[in-house]
Order: sequence, then C-alpha cells, then structure tokens
Amino acid sequence: MLATAIIVFREALEAALIVGIVLAASAGVPGRGRWVGGGILAGVVGAVAVAGFADAIAAAAAGIGQEVFNAAILFAAVAMLGWHNIWMATHGREMTRAANRLGEAVRDGSRPLWALGFVVALAVLREGSEVVLFLYGIAAAGGGGPAAMAVGGALGLAAGVAAGAVLYLGLVAVPLRHLFTVTSWLVLLLAAGLASQGAAFLVQADLLPALGGNLWNTSFILSDQSIPGRMLHTLIGYTAQPTGIQVVFYLATLLLIGGLMRLVGGTPRRPGPAARTGRTRLQSQV
Amino acid sequence: MVRILGGAILLVSLGALAPARADAPKVALALQNHQFVPAELAIPANTKVELVISNRQQTPAEFESSSLHREKVVPPGATASVFVGPLDPGKYEFFDDFNSQTRGHLVVK
Repeated sequence: MLATAIIVFREALEAALIVGIVLAASAGVPGRGRWVGGGILAGVVGAVAVAGFADAIAAAAAGIGQEVFNAAILFAAVAMLGWHNIWMATHGREMTRAANRLGEAVRDGSRPLWALGFVVALAVLREGSEVVLFLYGIAAAGGGGPAAMAVGGALGLAAGVAAGAVLYLGLVAVPLRHLFTVTSWLVLLLAAGLASQGAAFLVQADLLPALGGNLWNTSFILSDQSIPGRMLHTLIGYTAQPTGIQVVFYLATLLLIGGLMRLVGGTPRRPGPAARTGRTRLQSQV
Repeated sequence: MVRILGGAILLVSLGALAPARADAPKVALALQNHQFVPAELAIPANTKVELVISNRQQTPAEFESSSLHREKVVPPGATASVFVGPLDPGKYEFFDDFNSQTRGHLVVK
C-alpha cells in the first residue's frame, strides 16, 4: 500500500504542480474552471488510453515510439505555454494603454485559455498513464489486494493534489500587480524545463546528440530522485546531471519565448490599472 | 539573436538525424523477481551499446538512470531497447523506477 501511495504521489505531484501554476496564471479569468477541469478529464481519459496501448506505442517507430511520443507531448506543452505567455505579453502592453482592455479581452474569450487547458491535459496524460500502467500491473499480479491498492492510490493522489493546492494558494496570495510577473516567469521556466526533458527523450531515441554526457553533477547537493529534487525538476527543470543538449534546449526556450515576449510587449510585468481594479473580482473567486 | 539560435538548433538537429544505430553491439539485461539479471553489466568505453531489456515479470517496470539519462517503461513480458554511450569509463547506476530497490550497475571499461 505504501509503495503504491509513493509512486502515485510522485506522478500526481508533477501533474498537480503544473495545474497549480496554470490555475494561478489564469486566476480571476471567468471560464478557466471549465478549461482546467476539462483538461484534467481529457488527461485522465487519455492516460487510460495510452496505458492500454503502451505495448503498441513502445513498439512503434522501430522501438523508439515511447521516446518520440513523450517528446511530442512535452514539446506540444512547451508551445502552448509559450503561446500563452506571448499572448499575455501582447495584451499586457494594451492593458497599460487602455484601462479596461484586460476585462474586455477576458470577457470576449479571446485569451487563450484553451492553451492552458491543453497543457493541463498533456501533463495529466503523461504522468497519469504511468500511474495507470503501474496500478494495472499490481492488480494483474494480484499483489496486496484491491482495497490496499485503492487506499494507497487515493492517499498518493490526495498528497500530490495537496502539494499543487499549496503552490496555487501561495501564488494567489501574491499581490495581483505582481502575480502577472510571477506567473509569467513560472510559465517560462516550466516551458524551458519541459523542453529540456523533451530533448533528453530525443537523445534516448538517438535523434539528437547528447553534446556531452554529464556537464555537471549536483546530485550531492540535491538528488533529482528526492521529492524536493523532483518538484524542482517539474517546476524549473532542475536536473542534477544534465547533458549538453538539455542545457541548449533549456536556454534556447528561455531566449525564444522570453525574446518574443519582450518583442511584442516589453518586459513581462506591470499589468495596468485594469488588473488592479480587478482585484476584488479575483478575491471573490478564490 | 533568436533567429541565429533557431538556425543553430536546426543545424544541430539535422546533423544528428542519421546516427548509426544498427551496428551497436547488443547487451542483454533481464528483470525477474524484482532483480536485474545480471546486476552488473560490463561494456567497453567510448562505444554505443544497445541494452536489450526483457521484463520477465508480471508487473511493468521503468528502466531509469540519472547518470545515463534514460527512462523507459517496459511493460510486463515485453522487451525494450535502450541505446547508451559512447560513455567514459566509470560506474553508472540504473534502477526500476516502479520498484526503486531494484538496482543495477553498468561498468564501463
């Protein structure tokens, strides 16, 4: 039961942290619950499907199906996060010009909530499929009994969701005029970390060169197998022993998305008076 | 700046798309009763090697290694290939992420 709880916790933690950031990044936006909820639901359905086809996916593309599949999911999430940040940067500038623009853009639904919903679905799908595969394996082997498995799974899931909730609550406690800056940076670092993970899968598939085995090794300070290490791995892409190509992808993603944000809307900060007056609405929703 | 970087990445990716996978020597590794068999594998340094991992258990496993940068789910009864190397001499640990007591080493000489 404990082993089940730990494995489920680890996978749920990664997805929950991403959902926490997405929820904070869309705090106060009407309709976000539908998109995030829909994303979670789609992710769970997708996770069961992916676990069911695990053998077929692994055997696809001459044995590198799993790697290519993971990399595709990760890079799709990077694109969505980047798109969201760049869109927000564009409209951030408009907001400082015209006081009520944010409200309008939000109300007419032009803000790309679908991009965030998609990111949530991908995160839940990726982590969830491993959970489903693992639980199915235990059930098939008849180890521990279904009750112990259900209790372990529920405990692990609850603990993971709790960690995501703590992150979310911590973020929305940030004053609204800084929240936009903070979530923009978090989304940017999240995207860079996911890109570096995606690059690692492409190296494993032999589609990219590693460009240096282990550039450095900080596992004596923080192992990426420890819980704090795993959390930082998800949040900012922390890797104790990165390959050269992972660092290249990390920095390139930071520069590309950060550069485009700067290009279209100045530095990611200071929403206008519109957002500040929107504070009461945010609080009433939280 | 962005364009230069994008171009550089594209070049790097294109240059690497045709590595020689087929000629890598194969090394067999099995998972049974929650143990790697053999628990220690010796491979030559500076050589690309294909680890052929057979999961002879009824439960799924995830072959993972932080120092080798590999993670691959191996469904019950299935066989998966993981390419490693070329590596510097040394000892590289790997484990089953679904059962973290299950550990083994790759010794590169």
